[in-house]
Amino acid sequence: MVSFAAMNILVQFVHPHPRHSRVNRQLLQAISDLDDIVVNDLFERYPDFYIDVEREQEQLRAADLVVFQHPFYWYSAPAMLKQWLDVVFSYGFAFGSEGTALQGKRLLSAVTTGHGAEAYRPDGYDRFSMKELLRPFEQTAFHCGMIYEAPFVVHGARRLSDADLQHHGEAYRRLLLMHLKQNPAGNRHG
Amino acid sequence: MGEHGLLLNAFIYLAAAVLAVPLAKRLGLGSVLGYLLAGVAIGPWGAGLISDVESILHFAEFGVVLLLFLIGLELNPRRLWSMRRPILGLGGGQVLLTGGLLFGVALLLGLEWRLAVLVAMGLSLSSTAIALQTLQERHLLPTHAGRSAFSVLLFQDIAVIPMLAVIPLLAGSGEPGGGWMDAAKVALVIGGIVVGGYYLTLPVFRIIAATRMREIFTAFSLLLVIGIALLMQAVDLSMALGTFLAGVLLAESEYRHELETEIEPFKGLLLGLFFISVGMSIDFGLLGERPWLVLGLVLGLLTLKGAVLWVLALRFGIADRQQLLFALLLCQGGEFAFVLFSAAAQANLLEGGLKGLLTLAVALSMLSTPLLLLLEPHWRRPEAARAEGGRAEERIEEENPVIIAGFGRFGRVVGRLLHAQRIPTTILDHDPNQIELARQFGYQVYYGEALRMDTLRTAGAEQARLLVIAVDDPEACLEVADRVKRTFPHLIIVARAHDVHHAFELHRRGVAYFQREILESALGMGEQVLRLLGHGAYQAKQRAHVFRARDLKLFWDMYEADALEKRISISREARDELERVLPADEAALSGREESGWS
Repeated sequence: MVSFAAMNILVQFVHPHPRHSRVNRQLLQAISDLDDIVVNDLFERYPDFYIDVEREQEQLRAADLVVFQHPFYWYSAPAMLKQWLDVVFSYGFAFGSEGTALQGKRLLSAVTTGHGAEAYRPDGYDRFSMKELLRPFEQTAFHCGMIYEAPFVVHGARRLSDADLQHHGEAYRRLLLMHLKQNPAGNRHG
Repeated sequence: MGEHGLLLNAFIYLAAAVLAVPLAKRLGLGSVLGYLLAGVAIGPWGAGLISDVESILHFAEFGVVLLLFLIGLELNPRRLWSMRRPILGLGGGQVLLTGGLLFGVALLLGLEWRLAVLVAMGLSLSSTAIALQTLQERHLLPTHAGRSAFSVLLFQDIAVIPMLAVIPLLAGSGEPGGGWMDAAKVALVIGGIVVGGYYLTLPVFRIIAATRMREIFTAFSLLLVIGIALLMQAVDLSMALGTFLAGVLLAESEYRHELETEIEPFKGLLLGLFFISVGMSIDFGLLGERPWLVLGLVLGLLTLKGAVLWVLALRFGIADRQQLLFALLLCQGGEFAFVLFSAAAQANLLEGGLKGLLTLAVALSMLSTPLLLLLEPHWRRPEAARAEGGRAEERIEEENPVIIAGFGRFGRVVGRLLHAQRIPTTILDHDPNQIELARQFGYQVYYGEALRMDTLRTAGAEQARLLVIAVDDPEACLEVADRVKRTFPHLIIVARAHDVHHAFELHRRGVAYFQREILESALGMGEQVLRLLGHGAYQAKQRAHVFRARDLKLFWDMYEADALEKRISISREARDELERVLPADEAALSGREESGWS
């Protein structure tokens, strides 16, 4: 059974100072004209960390792919995303016997790092690979019955030339477009 | 005594009270005994300073009327209805049993049956004034014994009505047909009090409260009580019962606390006068002539009533340790006996000699009550009795942990927040319109002035933990803080500060918690403006946080600097500092990103 329902992407954008992040601005810019994408700027919407759980859960229900786009602060996301996860991915919604709202949806991490790719190796500054460092997100997705996609990573964000920025923006756009062309969650084998 | 009579009399009464009552209290005898002894001292058989005892006694009975009004104010109709069993069972049992036994004894003593009925009725009643005053003074009203005693007294107050009605019939002058007319009049008056007491007085209270003239409020409070008393008297009903009824009706109104505050001092003084008069009226001449007869009468009365009360206490499950208290509280004769015997004397049912004897016995039994209570073990340790009896029972006063003074734009927000958490809050305001509206939404708002400590006391300041002062007027706010610090040192004060200088004043007075009324909303608006100018929401919020922290530091720096001059210069410095600080914060933000975060 083939469904023709449109694929929906929800981008959780989590950056406290977007005006100061060239790369994150570029990434957002690159996807801004795509249909069926909702960008949810958490710092803009919840400046005092008081999150409207119902609204957020409603948005999640409507999405097929959820993107966490954020800088890789201290091998993780800014505190806002953690708070958001703590209150929105709640028992009975995201997990537990009744908590099936996220099952079959896909989760994509789109992160930017200060260090270059070479740092994320056993002999580098950061010692672990991005895949290893992103394990908490991967396991969160698994626990909620979501499919964790291979992460989209922009390394050495401060040292990028304009051309590099352009290139990463286009890559990000292509990745999301590819997802948009797939069938919505749950219907891929239909 | 001439023209100076009134003032001189007042001087004598007040002097006697001021001397005797503190002394009696210091000796642990209680105020009632102090008043009674003061009366003995200044009366015809003491120093002989006062002669016209009868009329003073009559006037002072109004104290009992005010007492019942105040008791009524603390009992709303629901609570009264829940007491119907003890009122009818205990009260009815007490009056019928005691009356029956007294009737038998009177017949045995050779009285004619009509006289025996009269004596039985008169002596079966106890003294509301003495029992309630002592209960209140010792905070024993909430205990089981206290509430049971109150139920009995209430029934007696009601029972006085038919008793008074029966006297003309006993005297043989009753007119058969008049009964129906009287009944109709009684129904009309009581109906009038129920309807008028609520629907007419409340709008008038609102109008008067709006004028904010305290003495007019006092005047109207007294007018109301006296008016009802007169109405009741006009149809030969108990004045005390009528005002009690009015009190119950007003118990749920917003003016309850303020009425209590206004009436309380009048009640205290008049009740004191009443006890003094009872002391004065003790006819020691008669006592000297026939001491054994009189003492026999008194002891017989106390024993018989006490025994009946004891049996009732057993039957109605009053705790072992409170049975004696209950019996001793109510075993005396009461002020209604004076009323009944006077009425009977007027109707030529009772001749002077017997009346004098009975009145003396009743007065002596009243004098004996405070003395007998000294024998009661718990009486000497009131706290023990209180802890034991009052534990599981609801107190008559409110015990809300928070009082909010001022329910305007500011206090309302605080009140709503607390209300939403189901935190019981007592609210005082002096704007009748605000109060009416808030009450419609289920808030406990009362008319009252937080500047008055007695108002705060009736609003439960002694039991409360926190007082929120949210009044508009900065001066009034300081004054309230000052007085509360002195009168209720346990209360934590949270005050609304008008501006920086007002906040300083509050802090100087030892108010640890205050909030400048403008600061938070202005910061919120500033944040809004920043966002409209293109700042991100989070960034704008952070700016406000930084500003708030700087501002707070500035606040304490200014507080340290006392001289006005210095304040101004520090304020300038601070502005310069902010001009330096905020761009510096901006640089810090970019700097952080330079150092690695993307």
